[in-house]
Amino acid sequence: MAEHTVKAFDEDITRLRGLVAEMGGLAELSVSEAMDALVRGDHDLAAVVIARDKRIDQLEAEVDRLAIRVLALRAPMADDLREVIAALKIAGVIERIGDYAKNIAKRVGITEGRRRFEPLTLIPAMNELAAEMVHDVLTAFAARDPVAATEIVQRDAKVDAFYDSIFRNLISFMVEDPSTISSAAQLLFVARNIERIGDHATNIAEMVYYAATGMNLPDREEVIPPA
Amino acid sequence: MNAEAIHTEVKAETTPYFDAPLKMSAKNVSVYYGDKRAIDDVSIDIPQRYVTAFIGPSGCGKSTFLRSLNRMNDTIANARVEGEITLDGDDIYRSGMDVVQLRARVGMVFQKPNPFPKSIYENIAYGPRIHGITGSKAELDEIVEQSLRRAGLWDEVKDRLADSGTALSGGQQQRLCIARAIAVDPEVILMDEPCSALDPIATARIEELIDDLRSRYAIVIVTHSMQQAARVSQRTAFFHLGKVVEYGKTSDIFTNPREERTKDYITGRYG
Repeated sequence: MAEHTVKAFDEDITRLRGLVAEMGGLAELSVSEAMDALVRGDHDLAAVVIARDKRIDQLEAEVDRLAIRVLALRAPMADDLREVIAALKIAGVIERIGDYAKNIAKRVGITEGRRRFEPLTLIPAMNELAAEMVHDVLTAFAARDPVAATEIVQRDAKVDAFYDSIFRNLISFMVEDPSTISSAAQLLFVARNIERIGDHATNIAEMVYYAATGMNLPDREEVIPPA
Repeated sequence: MNAEAIHTEVKAETTPYFDAPLKMSAKNVSVYYGDKRAIDDVSIDIPQRYVTAFIGPSGCGKSTFLRSLNRMNDTIANARVEGEITLDGDDIYRSGMDVVQLRARVGMVFQKPNPFPKSIYENIAYGPRIHGITGSKAELDEIVEQSLRRAGLWDEVKDRLADSGTALSGGQQQRLCIARAIAVDPEVILMDEPCSALDPIATARIEELIDDLRSRYAIVIVTHSMQQAARVSQRTAFFHLGKVVEYGKTSDIFTNPREERTKDYITGRYG
């Protein structure tokens, strides 16, 4: 893209994109590490994930400040305007993804009993899908790639399918052996958090699409073929 | 459907063209100054009761085109207009067109406020009198008051109508010029950078006035301030090198222009 006549404008936009990318990288890392901590029962790693959330929150505040400054001082138009608004909104969504990862990390101590009944293969696989969506959507944002964004929106259906399957699985455990209810309920929350991460990655993809094209993707039902 | 196909489908959607009754229409208009072509085959419709903004870099032809809408270019010796410009379907360049009458119907407000060196009252009354709209003192009084009211100036000047128009502040002078244009009951008002000599508060008052006036008139404004075009207009045309590069809804032009050159200009990447 051609440079602005006012060079400082380019610097602001570059910095804004950099902050969003940094936030996204940290959130993606937290999503992966929260699951590792859960699978291994690793309290130290869980603590790292929980601590990292503060940094993500700080970055969000920084994005807000910079975006507002750019809007006030540079009055961006057209793709610049869409880009700044997208950065502002995406930062808010990444912050939520960070919260979900933190929430998973907080459950590391509580789900110790899981080994008795659940080999825990479905949940990490689901998590990997969601983490990939977060990773890929940030790449699409960096590349302003509307096709990649569309493809990510479609992927959410797989995460939802995982959630349905895990839900049924855990319910059957609870029915068969009431002593698993406490742990199974915890894992249900974990699965729910991952499902939400997928939704948020999808929201980011829609914002990336809008920022890149100025147009909205059709309703999600039309993008995602019915299961 | 795969991602690529969905994207292709979204791109193909066109925003519906909003329709409004036309007031003026230019078809294949070119304007020459001697051998130099300043406007190159421009076709554009000016809708009734809308503010249409012309934007573009200096020398792009937007003011030239604006002036051709009420034949102000006639006053320039070597200027020549080709093509057709109609007002309510009537060709304004046809032979026999009464140019004085045309300029009463298509009024103009200039960049620098240019009140006559006469009283505030006379500034307004002059037009109606020479156009023979009325000679009666009572009717003139009424036209002066109504015009000043519509221009949002009445309350500030009603007690000093005999003072000179040039004694007013810049913003007041510009509103006086707008009142003067309104006094002859025009149908279209052309404005050539009407706020470029005004401070932000006077500018805001003129912009508010423009928004009021569009309930009665078609307004065409040339402005160097893209923010102003975005604030006051419903339609925007981007001129570049004598051509209209893009013309559409103001909200589309400023959030999602179709043409690369428009985008570069409004985002400050121009040349």
